Amino acid sequence: MSRFLYELIGLSAGVMFILALKGLSHPRTARRGNLLGAAGATIATVAVFFYSSDGELPLNNLGWILGAIVFGLIIGVPAARRVQMTAMPQLVALFNGVGGGAAALVAIVEYLKLGQSASTTVVIATVFTVIVGSTSFSGSIVTFLKLQELMTTRPVVFAGGRFVIAGTLLATLGCALWVVSSLGTTPLLVLAGLSLAFGILFVLPVGGADVPIVISLLNAFTGLTVAAGGYVLDSTLLIIAGTLVGASGTILTRLMAEAMGRSLFGTLFGAFTAKPQDSSGAGEDRPVKSGSPDDVAILLNYARRVVIVPGFGLAVAQAQHTVRELADLLSAKGIDVAYGIHPVAGRMPGHMNVLLAEANVPYEQLSEMDEVNPTFPQTDVALIIGANDVVNPAAKTTPGCPIYGMPILDVAQASNVIFLKRSMRPGFAGIENELLFDSKTTLLFGDAKASLTKVVSALKAL
Amino acid sequence: MEAMAIISIFTLSIFVGFEVVSKVSSTLHTPLMSGANAIHGVILVGAIIVADHSDNSLELGLSLAAIVLATINMVGGFVVTDRMLEMFKGKGAKSKGSGDK
Repeated sequence: MSRFLYELIGLSAGVMFILALKGLSHPRTARRGNLLGAAGATIATVAVFFYSSDGELPLNNLGWILGAIVFGLIIGVPAARRVQMTAMPQLVALFNGVGGGAAALVAIVEYLKLGQSASTTVVIATVFTVIVGSTSFSGSIVTFLKLQELMTTRPVVFAGGRFVIAGTLLATLGCALWVVSSLGTTPLLVLAGLSLAFGILFVLPVGGADVPIVISLLNAFTGLTVAAGGYVLDSTLLIIAGTLVGASGTILTRLMAEAMGRSLFGTLFGAFTAKPQDSSGAGEDRPVKSGSPDDVAILLNYARRVVIVPGFGLAVAQAQHTVRELADLLSAKGIDVAYGIHPVAGRMPGHMNVLLAEANVPYEQLSEMDEVNPTFPQTDVALIIGANDVVNPAAKTTPGCPIYGMPILDVAQASNVIFLKRSMRPGFAGIENELLFDSKTTLLFGDAKASLTKVVSALKAL
Repeated sequence: MEAMAIISIFTLSIFVGFEVVSKVSSTLHTPLMSGANAIHGVILVGAIIVADHSDNSLELGLSLAAIVLATINMVGGFVVTDRMLEMFKGKGAKSKGSGDK
């Protein structure tokens, strides 16, 4: 295939990526947009097998290349197919990380290949790819561990942490200069190591609730890495695709931060300045009012308006169908039912919408925070299912706590508050919720699905 | 490629990237991020190119690792995004698009 045709196919793929992102921004065209993106990526990948810069076809190492692709498919496809809805955010984080890792490896190989013949700009682009790609790789692994709850979800802050991280960053930049001036292999490997360490240090102090923003940011980073890799390899397609993802990812990160009421800066560097949480006195031994499924059913039965606030606990228990059954039952009794959806309920923006859509919850019943908040004073029961941080009044009342400033659902305004919770354990952000101890709050402990099933049968028996 | 051509492509792509996602409802934040994530999996193309260039086992090993990782990123990314969006189907006549901040 001629270079012209090859470049033309690359350009078409680039256009398809633009249309894909555009499609993904609207509910009606989202799925088509994603498929278009997949088609673009496929034609670009197929085309590369029919064009070689040295004119030799088939490609060298063809068997190995195809084998590696098949191996990647064997790992990637089942992982994406089988993952539970609840675990999707960490899978996205992991996919992003491996993409960053791949970009860094590509740059390293090209650097080894070029050796002393590399031009300064190419070396700078290589250095950028290695730094940002490695940072994205290790940072994404840490976000994965946090979301999978394989490590603590609280910010990890240690004494002098900010000096360690600043030191690592300086060492990384110093090492970058070393690579550019010496063109050696060792400096590049040291650089990769330092960048991996920086990625870990960068994500450790981020609190659990802010992890989605960090994933989005790392996603944008990986995009830029791919663009720089495209420069190294002289590939227009990679430059276009990488830059698109870098730019749109940056905007998306900002939008997500806004939806959570956080400044981007505060999210990324807040953990350095935040005072440690005063957890003394926040007593697990303070009295709470826990009720039986029958108590909950009675409260619901005599309400005129019920707002259901779903959270991660709903997703974990896979209780979306049961909650719909409950809502249908209440609606049949003439009770006004709405779902109050916090933009970041669950582990990612839109998590709850996806989950409830799976249970065919009518779209009109899903109210966003701005719509539902003014209605809480007229609401008889706020039924909170496995959510905590998004209704925690500490976001308004406790300056310095990790979620301070995040807009919340004002469930405290409702006449009665019911929490379905697994335990008294605080939410993802690790902050005690004062509302649990309020006199109008009733707690029903247990798995959300089991609790809801009991409430549904109690309600039917009434 | 000429430096000016690269700078032009880069600059224009930034603006296109900003434009296409500037108005997106928070419902779609996650699928959009996941879709963009899959798109940068196209680094697979780069990984295949360096594998073609490789002529010792170190380079080949590293590029094959890059191919595996990039394939996981790209294919897994598109599949998982499609699964998320599958949940939205059957609600084509959604009265959505405004009222979100």
